[in-house]
Amino acid sequence: MATAAIEHHDAPHHHTSTGLDNTKIAVWAFIGSECLFFMSLISTYLIYKGRSLVGPLPHEPWTDPATGQTFKAILNIPVTSASTFVLLMSSLFMVLAHSAVVRSDRKYSKIWLAMTALAGTTFLGFQAFEFTEFVHAGLTLDRNLFGSTFFTLTGFHGAHVTVGVIWLITLLFIDIKRGLGPRDAVNVDICALYWHFVDVVWIAIFTLVYLIQ
Amino acid sequence: MAVEHSHPTGAEAAAHEAHAEDHHPTWKTYKWVALILFVITVAEVWAYYIPALVASRAFVPSLLIMSVAKFAIVVLFYMHLKYDARLFRALFYGPLAIAVITVVALLFLFGQISLTS
Repeated sequence: MATAAIEHHDAPHHHTSTGLDNTKIAVWAFIGSECLFFMSLISTYLIYKGRSLVGPLPHEPWTDPATGQTFKAILNIPVTSASTFVLLMSSLFMVLAHSAVVRSDRKYSKIWLAMTALAGTTFLGFQAFEFTEFVHAGLTLDRNLFGSTFFTLTGFHGAHVTVGVIWLITLLFIDIKRGLGPRDAVNVDICALYWHFVDVVWIAIFTLVYLIQ
Repeated sequence: MAVEHSHPTGAEAAAHEAHAEDHHPTWKTYKWVALILFVITVAEVWAYYIPALVASRAFVPSLLIMSVAKFAIVVLFYMHLKYDARLFRALFYGPLAIAVITVVALLFLFGQISLTS
């Protein structure tokens, strides 16, 4: 692997008054709006945190006074830690994919794009497993405030990851069909920006939802 | 980012912004960033399993600090905002600041956090 600086040889763009690529400006504006979107979901989760009248609860067991049924604390930190690690690694794979595209390294661009998509799919698999476990444990969208806010927040994040995986697979197909090169660097870069943003949102969710009790 | 046109005289700011896009982190930086993110994540999970730490007042602030550090590292290096144009930084940090201020205000409003113990 080259140790030289990974430079940014994006495709030439037309003259703009800012001297910047309009596509990237649009993507950064979109990411800014996504910050507000996810913060609204996170704030809703935090406002209702600890206000559920019935279980299951995230960090502590709960016994139903009517039936005597006991629900254990529902969050599975080891599983979520593993999925967090996978998503963090996917961000590394993504920068390596972008770097390979910039260098016209077609072999490694395919490998790293495929690895990133695979890591994203693995994360979604963890999330599907987690959601299934929760539903089997009695936590549904309409069970309590925790269930409503948790599924809405992590569900929207999962939907974003799904879009990112589709985007990555599309880039991979283009790479296989005709090859991605420096002229495509902007397109790969905006996909990378989106992917990293999905990663930073999960960094916030992991701490605020899973770790803080 | 390579720019097809030559910048007109008097557009030094734009030229500087475009030049700023030419610099991305090195491979070495990316590897260090991945390692640091991994170590911080391990530290977060490790802290979660120490009952004495969980019960202490330092638990939540320490987790928040580690989370903010991870957030900042990914944004600055993987999203290369540290090396990018000021306009991109403004487009990200502006809404982010509004969002964070709004969350904190709402948490005070709904009594989830309070200045009095």
